[in-house]
Amino acid sequence: MLAYIFRRILYAIPILIGVNLITFFLFFVVNSPDDMARMHLGDKRVTPEAIEQWKIERGYDKPLVINGNSDGVNKFTDTIFFENSVKLFMFDFGAADDGRDISHDISQRMLPSLAIAIPVFVIGLLANITFALIVAFFRATYVDVWGVFICVVIMSISGLFYIIGGQYLVGKVLHLVPISGFEDGIDGIKFIILPVLISIFAGIGSGVRWYRTVFLEEIGKDYVRTARAKGLPENLVLFKHVLKNGLIPILTGAVVILPLLFMGSLITESFFGIPGLGSYVIDAINSQDFAIVRAMVFLGSVLYIIGLILTDISYTMVDPRVRLQ
Amino acid sequence: MMSYRFVMGLILSTLVIAVGSYFYGIAQYDALPVVLWTDSLIYVLVVAISSFIIYASSKEHLRDPWRQVFQHRYGMIALAILLIYVVIGLLDSVHFRLPAENQSQDVTQETVYSGEVLSLLDVVITPIREQEEKTYSAPFATHLFSKETIEHADGTRTREYPRLKYGGAHLEDPHADWVDDVTSNTLTGAGYGLAVWFAVSLLIIVLIALSRKQSIGSTFSDVVSGKSHTPWRAVLITLLILAVLVCIAIVLAPKYHILGTDKVGQDVLYQSLKSIRTGLVIGTLTTLIMLPFAVMLGIMAGYLKGWVDDVVQYLYTTLSSIPGILLIAASVLMMQVYMANNPDLFETDSERTDIKLFFLCVILGITSWTGLCRMLRGETLKLREVDYVQASQAFGVSQIKIMWQHIQPNVMHIILIAIVLDFSGLVLAEAVLSYIGVGVDPTMHSWGNLINGARLEMAREPMVWWSLVAALIFMFILVLAANLFSDAVRDAFDPRIRKQ
Repeated sequence: MLAYIFRRILYAIPILIGVNLITFFLFFVVNSPDDMARMHLGDKRVTPEAIEQWKIERGYDKPLVINGNSDGVNKFTDTIFFENSVKLFMFDFGAADDGRDISHDISQRMLPSLAIAIPVFVIGLLANITFALIVAFFRATYVDVWGVFICVVIMSISGLFYIIGGQYLVGKVLHLVPISGFEDGIDGIKFIILPVLISIFAGIGSGVRWYRTVFLEEIGKDYVRTARAKGLPENLVLFKHVLKNGLIPILTGAVVILPLLFMGSLITESFFGIPGLGSYVIDAINSQDFAIVRAMVFLGSVLYIIGLILTDISYTMVDPRVRLQ
Repeated sequence: MMSYRFVMGLILSTLVIAVGSYFYGIAQYDALPVVLWTDSLIYVLVVAISSFIIYASSKEHLRDPWRQVFQHRYGMIALAILLIYVVIGLLDSVHFRLPAENQSQDVTQETVYSGEVLSLLDVVITPIREQEEKTYSAPFATHLFSKETIEHADGTRTREYPRLKYGGAHLEDPHADWVDDVTSNTLTGAGYGLAVWFAVSLLIIVLIALSRKQSIGSTFSDVVSGKSHTPWRAVLITLLILAVLVCIAIVLAPKYHILGTDKVGQDVLYQSLKSIRTGLVIGTLTTLIMLPFAVMLGIMAGYLKGWVDDVVQYLYTTLSSIPGILLIAASVLMMQVYMANNPDLFETDSERTDIKLFFLCVILGITSWTGLCRMLRGETLKLREVDYVQASQAFGVSQIKIMWQHIQPNVMHIILIAIVLDFSGLVLAEAVLSYIGVGVDPTMHSWGNLINGARLEMAREPMVWWSLVAALIFMFILVLAANLFSDAVRDAFDPRIRKQ
């Protein structure tokens, strides 16, 4: 098992290098640092000195890949590529455009993101499974037909509507919870309830529909027929056999997004003023802070790859038929 | 048996009408045709779809699943609604520049064209395009949304809601006449709608009767009792609702702002209609752009195996490991920097916004081909072991020919299902991306921009809700129709579901 995990981690390295090359290409080759400086400083007739100054402040005045002026190893280390891309591997994200340390910001903002993402994940999963089981229990009846139709309707409404409508109804008309904001500790719960509920509701359409097909696929299998043939009542078949076996694809499918929970949700966080990583990205995009976007792209892919590895491991743990080879 | 040719014939004739109106428009207005980037891709798409329809009409195995789609009640209702959107989108994809107004009378001189690029849709709905108010006004309002100081003839000044320039301007006394006028106009519109609907349904029934070589009376009773193979009754009821709504809108729109006006006084209905093209472009062109790569790479990886497989797998694993929204945001940011530094590349404003839309499609395509590619690779891996592929290998058929003639037709259903499933997700994504600031150009009409603009006014008291609601409803109807249609397509094409 350990050897398997080790091998999977080794596989991840070329992928991360690829991600790194893509971001390097996007951020430094498509547009030269001069272009970025001009964009940032705003005016078209900005002086060359100001551009130089801007580049020196951020270390973008070095050559892209190979520095001809240095000797030995420095030929490769004293470059934009090494300073800004290779260092990401050591999780050294450098400083944002306003001089703040990105790594520090990220560690500060992870907790608020998790405060929203974990309840959404757990309650959402439970709600989806429950509703999907109900619909599967009443399969091929009007409950099923209308359940699926309602799912499609929920899926067809833009997520922006749920957020804006929810804020208007619950926050502004009913005055139940504050519209936006965040607070640490127990007092913060009143800020969390609304975004969590809205996120769960927005995801319930596609979730229930997907899990319904998983359960229906299980119901069609031979062991279910055997269970029925030996006289087991339908609800026992459903809740004991089908639920257990259906959970395998559902849970392993959910594992892949576990690490990504750290990243938070861009839209929800920015609408509700939660100081998490999602709103961090949005702020960075709006202020065109490329260092932060670059760091978050790298962090996001690292977390995704961890999720993939966890998925494979969880497969081998729940399903004895899967071999490690 | 006839339902495939019949429905496809209807769709094709819609396209022919669109092409015809293009040439008519050019000739009528002595205009300079403008073909934007996305326009040309839309034309490619239209040609591709039409030739696919003609090609498929002679192949039984391709016609059969479509026939099943046409027998699906929700699928057909959704198709009818989608076609309305498509027609509006196509009208909006025919662009030209009209001759400038103060033309010199000298015939020998070249005509000077105005810088404004118009579309056929703009011409069709000229009244609501040009009737701009000063600022916000509620749907069907006769007065502005905010108070202004008005100077009367006798020199006194009062703060009151001024009358609108266009909305209800024909009314003598808005407070007394408004209800009567709106009701009578609505009834007139509904009457026109009924008349149009009668004509259209009569035409459809006659055509069905002709194609089935049946008497009109028995066709009529088949349709009314819902016994026809294609659920024509449901389609006709949908058309009735649509016709009445559209005709009411046509009658009322020049007299009132049905959906209100926005901050700069532009009609919200106009903006919502113009946004249809943006939504359709993002939903379809993205797939069109990524499709060749996904199909070629997926099939090659699965069939050739070896190093090709390794490279393709590496490519899509790497790309898909970057969270989609971050990759999109990073790419769009870089594109914005590039365009800000090279402003001379574009002749007109609409060319610039159009290139931006095109690149957004490319970027969305780059992030979305990986899923389809992975599925195609998996399916090809299975197919290459099938007997007939092994047999052609033994006969020495070239690899390219095997991939094209034996593998590609057998993965077609996966491609088709992916196209229709992606569509609704992409339309919804546009709104979110525009909200984040990495979507279409802020000056372009799109539902995302409408929502984004309206969001800033939520805090007003009383609330400005109409642009938000209009954008959401237009988007909801399109996405719901697309979802229902894609379900029908999936049910008909997915062999796993068909078996049951």
